[in-house]
Amino acid sequence: MSAIAMRNQEAAPADIKMRAAGVDVSYGDKQALFAVNVAIETNTVTALIGPSGCGKSTFLRCLNRMNDVIEGCRVSGQITLDGVDVHDRAIDVVELRARVGMVFQKPNPFPKSVYENVAYGPRIHGLANSRAELDDIVHSSLRRAGLIDEVRDRLDEPGTGLSGGQQQRLCIARAIAVEPEVILMDEPCSALDPIATAKVEELIDDLRERYTIVIVTHSMQQAARVSQRTAFFHLGEVVEQGETGQIFTKPVDERTQAYITGRIG
Amino acid sequence: MTEIATDQAAPSARRQSKDRLRRRHAAERRFRLYGMIAVAVALLFLAGLFAAIFSIAYTALGQTEIALEIHFDGALIDPDGTRNGDVLARADYGALVKDGLGTLFPEVKGRRDRRALRKLLSVGATFELRDMLLADQSLIGGRRTLWLPASDDVDMYAKGLVAGGADNGGRINAKQAVWLDLLRSQGQLEQRFNWRFFLSGDSREPELAGILGAAVGSLLTLAICLALAFPLGVMTAVYLQEFAPRNRWTDLIEVNINNLAAVPSIVFGLLGLAVLLGFAGMPRSAPLVGGIVLALMTLPTVIIAGRAALQAVPPSIRDAAFGIGASPMQVVAHHVLPLAMPGVLTGTIIGMARALGETAPLLMIGMVAFIVDVPLGPTDPATVLPVQVYLWADAPERAFAERTAAAIVVLLAFLVVMNFAAVLLRRRFEQRW
Repeated sequence: MSAIAMRNQEAAPADIKMRAAGVDVSYGDKQALFAVNVAIETNTVTALIGPSGCGKSTFLRCLNRMNDVIEGCRVSGQITLDGVDVHDRAIDVVELRARVGMVFQKPNPFPKSVYENVAYGPRIHGLANSRAELDDIVHSSLRRAGLIDEVRDRLDEPGTGLSGGQQQRLCIARAIAVEPEVILMDEPCSALDPIATAKVEELIDDLRERYTIVIVTHSMQQAARVSQRTAFFHLGEVVEQGETGQIFTKPVDERTQAYITGRIG
Repeated sequence: MTEIATDQAAPSARRQSKDRLRRRHAAERRFRLYGMIAVAVALLFLAGLFAAIFSIAYTALGQTEIALEIHFDGALIDPDGTRNGDVLARADYGALVKDGLGTLFPEVKGRRDRRALRKLLSVGATFELRDMLLADQSLIGGRRTLWLPASDDVDMYAKGLVAGGADNGGRINAKQAVWLDLLRSQGQLEQRFNWRFFLSGDSREPELAGILGAAVGSLLTLAICLALAFPLGVMTAVYLQEFAPRNRWTDLIEVNINNLAAVPSIVFGLLGLAVLLGFAGMPRSAPLVGGIVLALMTLPTVIIAGRAALQAVPPSIRDAAFGIGASPMQVVAHHVLPLAMPGVLTGTIIGMARALGETAPLLMIGMVAFIVDVPLGPTDPATVLPVQVYLWADAPERAFAERTAAAIVVLLAFLVVMNFAAVLLRRRFEQRW
């Protein structure tokens, strides 16, 4: 076992929520990911960092098979959720996405009311048996997303009428309304101003208690602030992963060092 | 040196940039002007078209009628007093009209003059008397002053659209002109609202010809066309755009759909003739067949517009729905299709408007026939509005000119109503982002 592999510390198997082993992804002829191994711990925020086009988002989209809908995208290797391969016949992709929710780079609420945005997931998954239960889910999701005070009187107004930061928190509320186990966030703050960003980061920290979170970010400060574990991607490979503090203070690989000090990126 | 050089260069550079800015503004103004001229010319053409049509059509709203006292003589209608419907239907109502005219103009003698007198009234007058009597038998034996339709020649003369009154071979001779002037002075000749035009089918006699048959034919044909083209077109668009894999087969289908949109419409008519009439043995001149043929013609338009509308739905909406575990069908049915609906409807309405105005394919399947009865169902023989316009435009009688224009107005009214419905539907489906 090489020194680097040893330093790619992974947590004990019991705490692993999702694990990617030898994942290759290619779009047509172009290979985007090369033999990626990443372990995602339960109730932990894992940050994926790296320069643009390094495959962070591609990897994130593999975790709930969002790449299925992209034409010409092929994924090989093993990705497990609680030890079960997500490509297994036993796992239905619809069910997988209910267990592994997603928040996108640009806030993308449905052009419906705030209420309908949050209620849509529970409704299609049959999580509520009555209107009152649905109301409960919507309210508690909005509360956990820290949005309830701002939208309490505006539940019937279109979700697209909210500000950018509120829209992103609405999307988070929509994601947690279906009670996922893992939430994937693809640069959730890149379209937001610093104040809205701070609110979302605070929210991510709160959500960690109930959910496992994987966040792709361009901002190393953000990664340092919100995550406990970090994986550094470079040119489609995972160069280094481990405790966030260790990655940022004592990186082992030269490329990690170069990136976090701003020499590549 | 350098400082002096820049000092000299600066004002000229500023002047140059000022010039450039002025030219850019001038170009902008010119561009706007061209746009306004284009719009103005288009509006002018439209206004000219409408003015031309309406100025001819408005006279068709009125129909010259002559008031005549009719004696429903029991001895003439039903000599045996049977009061049997068949007997009443076969009675000689022309004689009643002749008698009525005879009492009005007792001085007119001689076969030729009496015939000229008789020709003032439309042959439709006798049918109207018959229908009236069949509806109400108590009229028998009584006298009634009735407004009866004048013949088309009288109508044209009374409206001042043709000259008459001279024995130079005109449609109204000198004697007829004198009688008509007399009738007019006695208040027995009037322009009255032309309800026959809106409530009856086609006729060889312009004064009896109506648009209802063609309008109902168009309505039935379009209903069938919509019922076929809309669901088939939308389902095809959704499947090709959202579900179908990209491969050689779907490419082939796509190319063929695009080609079909450009096929001349008469080819679809030939297809209908060969397959629907010749092979499947469907009835001739039927709105059912017309609707199927027009649906074939409209399908490519609906599919292409539908696919464009689906493509215009931002991918982020699909991501959002997939991301919380919606199945592909739920993504399409709950999010993508509702957002694409305004565009789909626009495409459908464009296709339907084209189908409404289509004549050529319908000629092939016999919808050009002369049909008097108003169709009651999709398999009854019928014609459609544009074909009716074509038929009347071809007719030699002068009175058909104004009716042709009026039929065009009805066709335009159909279009306006359809577009208005489309706008309402679009507004209903439109959602803000």
